[in-house]
Amino acid sequence: MAFNHKHLIDITEYSDSDIMTILETAKAFSEVNQRTIKKVPTLKGKTIVNMFNEPSTRTRSSFELAEKRLSADSLNFGGSSTATVKGESLIDTVATLNSYKIDMVVVRDKHAGAPHIISQHTPACVIDAGDGKHQHPTQALLDLYTIWQHKQSFDGLKVGIVGDIGHSRVCGSLVPALKIMGAEVTLIGPGTLMPARPDVLGADHVSADLDDVLPELDVVYMLRIQRERLEGAPFPSLREYHNLFGLTQKREKLMKPDTIICHPGPINRGVEFDSYMADHPERSVILEQVYAGICVRMAAMYLLLGGADNGLDS
Amino acid sequence: MALILKNAHVVDPSVELDGVMDVLIEDGKIARVAEGIEVEGAEVRDLSGKYLVPGLVDMHVHLREPGFEHKEDIASGTRSAAKGGFTGVCCMPNTDPVTDNGVVVGYIVARAAQVGKCRVYPAGAMSKGLKGEIISEMGDMVAQGAVAFTDDGRGIQDAGMMRRAMDYGKMFGRVFMSHCQDEGLVGAGQVNEGVVSTRLGLLGWPAQGEELQIARDIMLSELTGCAVHIQHISTAAGLDMVRAAKDKGLAVTCEVTPHHLFLSEDDIDSTYNTSLKVNPPLRTKADCEALIEGVKDGSIDAVVTDHAPHAAWEKAHEFEYAPFGMTGLETSFALINTHLVKTGQIDYSQMVELMAVAPREILGLEPVKIAEGSVADITVFDPDAEWVVDEAEFVSKSKNSGFIGAKLVGRATDVFVGGVATLENGEIVE
Amino acid sequence: MKDTYQVKSVVMDDAEIERSLTRIAHQILEANHGAENIALVGIVTRGDLLAKRLAEKIEQIEGTKVPLGSLDISFYRDDFLTNFAPEIHATHIPFDIDGKDIVLVDDVLYTGRTIRAALDAVMDLGRPSVIQLAVLVDRGHRELPIRADFVGKNVPSSHDENVRLFLEEVDGVSAVEILEMKPGERAGSAPLGGE
Repeated sequence: MAFNHKHLIDITEYSDSDIMTILETAKAFSEVNQRTIKKVPTLKGKTIVNMFNEPSTRTRSSFELAEKRLSADSLNFGGSSTATVKGESLIDTVATLNSYKIDMVVVRDKHAGAPHIISQHTPACVIDAGDGKHQHPTQALLDLYTIWQHKQSFDGLKVGIVGDIGHSRVCGSLVPALKIMGAEVTLIGPGTLMPARPDVLGADHVSADLDDVLPELDVVYMLRIQRERLEGAPFPSLREYHNLFGLTQKREKLMKPDTIICHPGPINRGVEFDSYMADHPERSVILEQVYAGICVRMAAMYLLLGGADNGLDS
Repeated sequence: MALILKNAHVVDPSVELDGVMDVLIEDGKIARVAEGIEVEGAEVRDLSGKYLVPGLVDMHVHLREPGFEHKEDIASGTRSAAKGGFTGVCCMPNTDPVTDNGVVVGYIVARAAQVGKCRVYPAGAMSKGLKGEIISEMGDMVAQGAVAFTDDGRGIQDAGMMRRAMDYGKMFGRVFMSHCQDEGLVGAGQVNEGVVSTRLGLLGWPAQGEELQIARDIMLSELTGCAVHIQHISTAAGLDMVRAAKDKGLAVTCEVTPHHLFLSEDDIDSTYNTSLKVNPPLRTKADCEALIEGVKDGSIDAVVTDHAPHAAWEKAHEFEYAPFGMTGLETSFALINTHLVKTGQIDYSQMVELMAVAPREILGLEPVKIAEGSVADITVFDPDAEWVVDEAEFVSKSKNSGFIGAKLVGRATDVFVGGVATLENGEIVE
Repeated sequence: MKDTYQVKSVVMDDAEIERSLTRIAHQILEANHGAENIALVGIVTRGDLLAKRLAEKIEQIEGTKVPLGSLDISFYRDDFLTNFAPEIHATHIPFDIDGKDIVLVDDVLYTGRTIRAALDAVMDLGRPSVIQLAVLVDRGHRELPIRADFVGKNVPSSHDENVRLFLEEVDGVSAVEILEMKPGERAGSAPLGGE
């Protein structure tokens, strides 16, 4: 099993076996995460910078915890104190980080392509923790991990993604990743929330009728409606959105008995779903996704720092 | 002093010339065009194997002076033009201060006379400050030498305002050049809406955002009777509208850039190369093909560069922060030669129409002919010179070309402006 | 795939391995006064198989099933960046190790670094009463102050040799062989399947 990536920026550059390696490794780290002492010395002496140029609590916490459990030294560099805010260019900021002799940069940025720019200007490994509306590969990997734990295989698995697909970096990685693994993807939402070319992401079907496609699905992935970011009002009201695209107790009877519900969090009760579905003990795997995030991020960091440029092909 | 340009292949469709001739230049004018010219004491340049054509004019260039001299200035921009084989450029008014009054137009004209290496024809803003609200002092600008009006870079959003500007300005007999971009549709669009916007997660700049205003301005041309020139057309449907307007006999012309002909959205990959961020954006391959058809069938009147220099540090940013535009003066001729002439899609007569005859005609400039009595604005090029676009070789202050590394054929070797050499054997004459 | 290696000599055959394991099983029981508090932890990817065989032998001798676990030390290696193998076999220790007499089991004891990592890994899982080490082969060349409590066979070897254990369960045949190492190759366990 060879794993020869230095960066995790564009999930489309990963093969199905690369992704399986990450998932298998994540499973090994899951064992670590269930111990009393949830820490291994694997990345002792490695310095990882969490460069979050956009506010994020959850993703950053997940990365930070993953870093700590791998014994890496992590530095949070971002927020309102960043140089970028003060007018320094991204490239100059990266040059500064390089002087700290770092081994990895985890970057969240509101601009698509920023992780790529960073990777061009640093000898360190780069993980994209979400860039603009482009990609969020570790989110896709944790989603895949969760689905894999429940469904064992992706082959022919029918996954429906509901909501704001057009403005979603989660979809930018998740749809291609699901396709790489052999799943069948349906995008569901109003035209105002669709990307210009769903086929370019890899979607097999597009629908505006949740009730119509729900009976087919093995996995329903509800995207977060960003209440704070509804520029240009893509739908008339949250009430109407919930009526058309919300996963409700009433709609459960349309679902297969073993269909699971995913959500990248944080959830909006009463928008993406009602509390019955959000808390559904058999179907809702939302908290498992959060747990998977730690395992997958530990795996990605372990594989990137170990796999890149080591000159060995095991 | 007399100068004889000998043995070049002369092409000038306006006088139906296409053959090896000698050209005699005296006092800045063409004195004679014939075979075997001999004049006692004249300087003789043997141009065997080269082509000689009426001086090329790029009617869409950003010289950036005054205000943005770190990107380009009149001295560097006109040298870049000379290097690319041009004898004249029309410069856009998005300077600082905006070229929306006679003083700035006068400054550009004076500065060009002082430091320029080609003729500079300033375009004035249609609206004060390029804000699209109040008509600029067009009369004053024309008096100082403005040749056209445009709010290039953004375009006037309000149809009523556009109409007022045209109705008012038509008395000056200058063309209204329109940058077509409907801000309601385009918003903060970065790249063509469709494949590339989806793939890279960037906001889309839909074709219809351009086409809507092309349609509007064609209608306004009909309403006002004012000549309209559609700038940097980039879509197949937009071109069809121009075709229909021409068929209808309206005074509508249009231009295209080499980057919209030869680059498409597919060239923008996950490296987010900001040199490929242009406005309007690179469209689809199908659009490129339609535009090439338009060049071949004459629906597109002129080839321009929209030469938009930006400092390296301005482009070395996140894609969304980088400014729009790429340079073009030094690659334009070679790109057309390589991709259209050498492939047999157009001939040199058509190229001269697109790059010399039509631009002067649209801008209402004195025509240049390879004929006795015409001003001696002449471009000479080696049609077979092979070269690779190297950013280190650019004369322009900026290097933001989307064609770096391209292997091209054909290069200007000599340029004469009013009979005075500005480029000799490929080197700028200082 | 085994054939592609240059086999210098076979130092233990199937029968000898079996005899050694039987002896080690007896020694373990003797040293620990029975099987009562013993737990076996094998280091993947050969030690875990040996641990399983040892557990079976102890069961035959004493009639007691001893707790059995496997340990992947990838996360504890001091050389993971140079000897990076993305294939990780999750640690599986289905019993509480606190207060246990742990016997670590590995195939070949060489530099001692694997055992150092294994000790760290075990300590992160709890607080055993004692940790002992059983190996099938001790080939010398220790780089750390580590010794085995139970050794099947001492096999003198040189640095440019690779001592490898093949087991019937995964390789189809059981043997300890000394292989000639190619330049740049490192000593270590044979991958599963014996390639």
